[in-house]
This record gives sequence, C-alpha cells and structure tokens, in this order.
Amino acid sequence: MSFLEFLMSRWPTILSLTLEHLLIVFIAMVISIALGVSVGILITKNKVAAQIVLNFTNILMTIPSLALFSLLIPVLGIGKIPAIVGLVAYTQLPIVRNVYTGMMTINPSILEAARGMGLTEKKILRTIKIPLAFPAMMSGIRTATVMGIGIGAIAGYIGAGGLGVYIFQGISRSNDQMVIVGAVIISLISILTDRFLGGLQRKLNR
Amino acid sequence: MIRFENVVKRYPGEGADAVHNLNFEIASGTICMLVGPSGCGKTTTMKMINKLIRPTSGAILIDGRNIDTVDTIELRLSIGYIIQDIGLFPHMSVGENIATVPGELGWKKERINARIEELLELVDLNPKVYRNKKPNELSGGQKQRVGVARALAADPPIMLMDEPFGALDPITRAKMQDEFLHIQEKIRKTIVFVTHDIEEAIKMGDNIAVLKAGQIVQLSSPMEILSNPADPFVSELIGGRNSLKMLNLMLCGQIMKSLSPSEGEKARATGHGLLGLKATAQDALSEMLRTGQRFIYVEDGDRIVGVLEFEDLLERASRHGLSQ
Amino acid sequence: MASLSSLLKVLLYGLIGLFLSIWVVQNPQDGLVARLVTYDKLAVLLLQHFYLVGVSALLAVLTAVPLGIALTRPGLKSWAPRVLALVNIGQTVPSLAVVALSVGFLGVGSLTAIVALWIYSLLPILSNTLIGLQEVDSSITEAAHGMGMKGRHVLFRVELPMAAAMIMAGIRTAVTITIGSAILAAFVGGGGVGNLIIAGNNISRWQVLVLGAALPVLMALMADVIFESLEKKVRV
Repeated sequence: MSFLEFLMSRWPTILSLTLEHLLIVFIAMVISIALGVSVGILITKNKVAAQIVLNFTNILMTIPSLALFSLLIPVLGIGKIPAIVGLVAYTQLPIVRNVYTGMMTINPSILEAARGMGLTEKKILRTIKIPLAFPAMMSGIRTATVMGIGIGAIAGYIGAGGLGVYIFQGISRSNDQMVIVGAVIISLISILTDRFLGGLQRKLNR
Repeated sequence: MIRFENVVKRYPGEGADAVHNLNFEIASGTICMLVGPSGCGKTTTMKMINKLIRPTSGAILIDGRNIDTVDTIELRLSIGYIIQDIGLFPHMSVGENIATVPGELGWKKERINARIEELLELVDLNPKVYRNKKPNELSGGQKQRVGVARALAADPPIMLMDEPFGALDPITRAKMQDEFLHIQEKIRKTIVFVTHDIEEAIKMGDNIAVLKAGQIVQLSSPMEILSNPADPFVSELIGGRNSLKMLNLMLCGQIMKSLSPSEGEKARATGHGLLGLKATAQDALSEMLRTGQRFIYVEDGDRIVGVLEFEDLLERASRHGLSQ
Repeated sequence: MASLSSLLKVLLYGLIGLFLSIWVVQNPQDGLVARLVTYDKLAVLLLQHFYLVGVSALLAVLTAVPLGIALTRPGLKSWAPRVLALVNIGQTVPSLAVVALSVGFLGVGSLTAIVALWIYSLLPILSNTLIGLQEVDSSITEAAHGMGMKGRHVLFRVELPMAAAMIMAGIRTAVTITIGSAILAAFVGGGGVGNLIIAGNNISRWQVLVLGAALPVLMALMADVIFESLEKKVRV
C-alpha cells in the first residue's frame, strides 16, 4: 500500500484521533492555565510559598511524562481523566513560573507610584500587575501548550486516545506508515500551534 | 497645612530611629524641601504623609485631621505623588496615565478628557501629539512632565515629590525646576519635596528642612540657611560659594535701583543690555561678566524700570558672605 | 562549598534510588515482581539507560558544538539565523514524534533509539552554542584579533571559554531531557529503565511502575545537579 493510499483509506480514523487529541489537550490547557495563573498570582504574596510551589512544579516536570502517566494509573485508572490530570500537572511549571516572574519583575517604582496615588491592591493587580505580566504569562502559556500537545501523544499509552494511539499501535504492529503519519501530524500540530501562539503573543504585546 | 507631632519611625531590627521625634509644620501653598544625605530619613518622612510608611509613634495631621483617622486610599487619592523613577504605567498611554486618579474618583469621561488636555498644556506638552503616546516613546524630561501632570490630575491640595528631577541631565533638570516653579505660582499647592541636592533645595524651596540622622537640624528659609547655617553640618552641606548662591536667590526686581519713566526712555536709547524683573542677581552678574559692562538695565514688559550696578552686586554678596 | 552541597544532593538521590531498588527486590509484592525485578536485571536496565543517554549525548555534543562553531565563523555566519529558526521549530516537535519518525525509517532497535535521542538532544546544545558564541562581546574578540592572536587561538582561548557556561547549560538541558526521553526507547527495542514501566503496566504491578518511574527521575535530578556545578565551574 502506498503512502497516499494509506492516507486515503485511513483518513476518518486519523481525523477523529486528531480531533480527540486536540480536545484532550484543549481541556487540559484550559484547566492548566486557570490553575497556573491563579497559583502564580497567589504565590507572589508569600516568598516561602513561592519557593515551595516552584520547586514542586519543577520536580513534577523532571518526572518523565510516561512515568507520570503510569503512576496515575493505580490512582485514577486509565482513560482521559488521568491523561488530563497528568497534562495539567505537567504543564504547570512554565505557566506558574512565568506568571510569578512576570509579576515579580515589574519595576517597583511603578507599583510604588500606583500605591502612592491611591490605587487599591485589587485595582493594582487588575490594572497594573496583570497587564504588565501579560507578555511573560503568554510565553509561559505558549511553552506549556506546545509541551501539552507532545505529552498528549504519550498519554495515548494510558488509553487517553489521540494521535499517540496511532504511534504506539503502529510500533507494536510494526506498521511504519501508521507511526510516520502519527508522528508527522503531531509534529505539524505542535509547530503550527507554536507559530500561532507566537504570532498572537507578538500581536498582543504591541 | 501638614503638621508632624513627635513622629518617630524605627524599622524592625535596626538600632537607631530612622526618624527621631519630628515636630514641624508645612504651611499651605508652600514648598518645603527635605534635604540631607542618604539615610537621613527624608524619604521616610515624606512617605509617612501618604501612609506608604507608618510611623512607629506620633501623629501627622493634615489641616488638623490626624491621617490615621483617614482612609488610606482616600488620603492617597487626595495627595499627588511624584517619584524619581516616575513610575509611569508603561502599558498605558500618557492620557490613560493621567486619567488614573480621576478615574478612581469616578469623574465623568468628558471631565477627565478636558482635564488631560488642560494638564498636558500646563506641563507644556502638546495634547494632540502626546496624549496617545506610550511612556517608552518619551524622553526623560517628557516622562517627568507627564509624571507631574498625573500627580496634579485630581487637583490634590498636597503634592509629595521624591527627587523628581534627580534622574535628568543637568540642563533638562534646571529647565524642569524653572517650569515647575512657574506652575506652582499658578497652582499654589502644599509641596513636600525630597532632594539630596542643596542647590535644588535653595532654588525650589520656600523653606528647607535639613535632616541628619533622622532629625531636623535646621528648618528655615533658603536665605536664612545660607546666611545663618545652624551648625557645621549645615555649613558643610551648603558648601562654599554661599555668596554666589545667595545672588541666585535675589531677583533683579527686588534689588535694582528704580528709574523714572524718563530715565527709562533714555536708557532704552543706549541699547544697553537688559534683563527681566524675575532674572536673578546671578544672571545679572554673569551677563555683566559676559559683556564686560559694569551695569545692566532691568525691564518690566517693554519698559525699563531699573538698573543694577556691578559694585552693588559685589557689596550684597560680600555682606551676606561675611555674616557666615 | 557549592560543590559540597551538589555532591551531597547527588549522593542523596543515588541513595534514594538504591534503597528503593533494594526495597523492591527484598520485598516484592508477589512472585511475578520477584522474578521481574532482580539486582542483575536492574543493573542491566540501568546500564542500558546510561548507554543510550551517554552515547546519544556524546554524539550530540560532538556534532552540535562544532556545527555551532562553524555557524559563527565568517563564511557560514549568514546561515546562523536560519539554522536557529529551524532548531527552534525542531524543539517544538514532541519527543515521541522524533522517536516514532526514526522507527519509521530505521525500524526498531537500540540504534533507532540512539539516533532519535541524538537528534533530540542536538537541538538545545546547538542553539545554546550558537547563542553563547554570538553573545561574546565583539569588542573582546576584536581586541584579541588586534593583539595579533590567530583566529584559532581567538576561538579556543577567548570565544569558547566565554561561551562555555552557555554551552554547558545546553548540554545540561539536553542530558536531563534525554534521560526522560530514553524511557521511550523501551518501546522501540532500545531497552533501558522504560522496560520496567512497560512491564509494570502490562502486569499491573505498582511496585515495578514506581521503580520504573522513580529511577529516571532520580537520574535526571542527579544529572541536573552535576551539570549545574559544571556550568558554574566554567562560568567566567
């Protein structure tokens, strides 16, 4: 079977796996961004908490993703839920770290001026700190999302579905075409997402 | 009026008070300069007025009201605040920066817009050109003008200025000082102005409080500080060349010999050098040194109203100089 | 003193790994685990893992650093931005895709695993070498040239020492990523600690899973500490 014939005959499966993949990553990223941004903002109030959280997320990230997913199996079983949990845990570091650094590296004189002028802390957070930390947040979100897409493929191993399934099945069945198609599509999605978010980032920063 | 009553500030873990038992008053509509070396407590003193720093003990009263009893946010909204790094919000346009406090106070859009225009003109920035610029498109001097405009936005009766011109180059700095004095003539705010530069203090202040190790060692007019420094510390701070500095405080209009209108006409005919009423005696002296002439006429508008002579200036300078 | 605390950290991670291994071998859940996890088998898997990471990282250094140097020399300089852009795109490609692609072209086996890991670890080293060399202040290299140093000497005595920390940081990233990615080698017949994870999943034994997950984490942490101190050592 030629490569083209392979694509022609399998495209419904490929498409549905791709959509499934995107859906899982999308859900995970929505949760991850909401959680990561909140945590990143919260820990700016306390240096010790910040150290602990950053170290913890750092360690989370050194755990190889396959190992992390496998460790979730005894707790959460297999399927999409552990995949999403794993993805959220795994993509916290870039988001939390960037939100935190983005907020902490704001020129203190800007904050002093804001306080001195009589803005409330809530108002300072909303109108000064978050907008100023926004570029850093965006770049963290970009890194995390691209990571999430790649790790989402590995989640295929624990029954999350998605393009990883195609790759793992292809490997075990020695079907090179499946492996290559899975790998190429996942790479394209990663690259395109990175490009898109990069473009968005530049646009928003202007 | 701002009044300090037995105000003490001690930072935790430090042996000495940062500010020790301050008792003084700043009259409404005047500029009070807080001057002294770094660590003398001048910035701490200023920041206690808008509660950025809380005193350990003592009370600060604004128009008779203890600021402890005033809501912090309300208090700060009624005090203009300008710092050396300006702290313009980089993601907001010039107009949005200026609109911050009026917005907090709930002003209507049209009123805010009108105020932005008015203030930009006051600080000599063309509203059409600058209103929508972002801070990073401005020069240092322009940024500080916007800083001044932003602090004045809601027309606060009090302004706190922490080394506002400290980061500017000397020429821009002198220009901003002149312009600010000019603005102050119109707005008559009560201003607390922190600086480490005694020259700036002498030039800008109605009164100067010299601080050392958390205490005021002298609080008096610039002329008095120059002619009667309270102790060796103040003398050293004002340094030499007092007589020249004092010439800087005398305005031609105050020390000239008046001329009658007919004498003025005659003087006009000579085509001799002229200065305005507001020029300082130092300006007059340098003009004389530049042109090599031993006298200079003073004009008010297009009328010559007086004359200053070289010997006169020398005499005045040495009279004050001797009294040290 | 920094090196002492690094040494202690490395020892700590090593001991945790050792005790965990001993504990699983001495107290297996059941006979299946006992047969699967023995000292001999663990030693083999760890050695395979080291071998995969070591060979691919070494190959990556040997290719990426000279390539990075070449791309900052006058002749090829104009190519650097394009290569860097390509490398950045490459770095967004997921590790599983890289492994899968090399399976597609090379079939299964440890060679495939090494090629995939080599390509993947090449990217951070190359980009750091390029950036590190580009960031060397041109006035310094000009001064070196002006003093009459030969081009080769400028490179080895001025540019490389100044870029060394940055290059080392790239190697550090590459090695820690590779240790994790090498788990995927198990799927393509490359062996390594990943075998434990696959086996643990197949027979549903959490002890095996935990051991398979923990060992690469500990290895990655150890590598991170070691390369961090190397990075500090070469910093000027």
